[in-house]
Amino acid sequence: MTMTTTLYTKDHEWVRIEGDLAVVGITPYAAEQLGDVVYVELPEIGRSVDQFKEIAVVESVKAASEVYAPLAGEVVEVNEPLNDNPGAVNEAPDGDGWFVKLKVTDSSQTSALMDEAAYKTFVDGLN
Amino acid sequence: MPSMSDTPIDAPLDAPVDPQPNELPEASLPADEPGDGPSDADAAPEQADDINRVTALYGLHTELGAKVTPFAGYDMPLHYEHGILKEHLQVRASAGLFDVSHMGQAFLRARKGGHEAVAAAIERLVPGNIKDLKPGRARYTVLLNDEGGIIDDLMVMRPAGEANDGLLFLVVNASRKERDYEEIASVLDRTVELIPAADRALLALQGPKAAEVLARHAPFVADKPFMSITAGRVDGIECLISRTGYTGEDGFEISVANPFAEPLARALLAHDEVEPIGLGARDSLRLEAGLCLYGQDIDEATSPAEAGIGFVVGKDRREAQDFPGAERICEELQNGPQKCRVGLAPEGRAPARPPSPIKSPDGDSVGHITSGVFGPTAGAPVSVGYVDSRFAAAGTSLAIEIRGRLHPATVVPLPFVPHAYFKPQRGE
Repeated sequence: MTMTTTLYTKDHEWVRIEGDLAVVGITPYAAEQLGDVVYVELPEIGRSVDQFKEIAVVESVKAASEVYAPLAGEVVEVNEPLNDNPGAVNEAPDGDGWFVKLKVTDSSQTSALMDEAAYKTFVDGLN
Repeated sequence: MPSMSDTPIDAPLDAPVDPQPNELPEASLPADEPGDGPSDADAAPEQADDINRVTALYGLHTELGAKVTPFAGYDMPLHYEHGILKEHLQVRASAGLFDVSHMGQAFLRARKGGHEAVAAAIERLVPGNIKDLKPGRARYTVLLNDEGGIIDDLMVMRPAGEANDGLLFLVVNASRKERDYEEIASVLDRTVELIPAADRALLALQGPKAAEVLARHAPFVADKPFMSITAGRVDGIECLISRTGYTGEDGFEISVANPFAEPLARALLAHDEVEPIGLGARDSLRLEAGLCLYGQDIDEATSPAEAGIGFVVGKDRREAQDFPGAERICEELQNGPQKCRVGLAPEGRAPARPPSPIKSPDGDSVGHITSGVFGPTAGAPVSVGYVDSRFAAAGTSLAIEIRGRLHPATVVPLPFVPHAYFKPQRGE
């Protein structure tokens, strides 16, 4: 059995860590701020990315925004259905609206992320 | 709250329009938008640059849950609770109410000489034929600089009624008010005066249900054609109602004194067919309709010929070449401009936003995007940009560079979504 932990960035990404795999998405707060998502640009499988560097782009009717990798890693899977149904990012940002799965290269980087309670406090501080 | 019911709704149409209901001292005109006192947001004393103005409907916007955004010096609703996408589709399917009070409204009035005098005055700056503009009609035109660049695009309207002879009603862009008024004032002689009307709000009711809804409050609007203007009463409130708009849909723009704006807006929003719509959907609607946004698609360097709005040049004006920049513009209309504004349909779903570069099949840079969004009605990204005229023909295959990657795109005719203006078969 694998421990699952969900952590958060100040740029409003979430990362769900399952062993050495990390699923990445944007938080409901980010999805709400963006408004209706109309396009998602996903990376190629096999691409390596550093922590807090751009991994995807999400565009709403308002604007384009970068999605940053909460942890360094290699892209092992992307959420292909978002190409035809980018609205899933609004409907289920922490579920079907995930962006990429990374193979994590340095698990110690999690210390730079927030847990759920810390992220909630962070978001409350923005309003 | 002003009463809406103390005036008969069957008051005569096209009664005299009073451009100065507050009898402002003449010496203060045409200075910066005189208002009617401290309660008038527009007339607030000199403000720090980072404090935005608000319209008479600001309280209503916040009550309706608007997400507010700064635009052209105003705090304006970007969208309400349903979001831009749904608001866009609402206007195409039913009706939406926009607050466009940030736009500049002004009257131009000839003290003598009637319409001919006031038309001659504005024709010093615009290439449209205003002399032959009929009473009760509106015209889209542009203010030009001496190089033929566009200072602003605007509506020039001629209220009907004998008492209104010599009066024109202008609606200009919010971001260009000061520049426009300065420019217009500079060409006026003592017989024509410019009267900025900062004491008026402007509501746009747009969409296929707009006429049906507005007719419940002002029955006379039902058969008024596209590009008409009528001075009349809506629920007893004196308004200037034009069958115009910037969405590509049938609809109206209603100019009303500030104190009556909120009751009027509430009366219109009370109908099931109507929802409040913010600036976000206004942008995607106008872009699908192929209409220019000043500051993005047109500016002081762009000519009407380049912008693909050569129709603003009146036939007689083109022959007379008697407007600013006529030499350049007429030459461009004759031989074609070097570059021109085109519609571009990118493949895939990625919206091409300004200033994305446009490339030829050979990889040469041939232009750039000036406006681009995902078009909710088009169901695809819609973009406009300027390209070298050799690549401007519909069907030309080009590529748009988005975040370093080339996306194939095809030049398409504008608009992306057909206009649905109300044009009775018998004309006016």
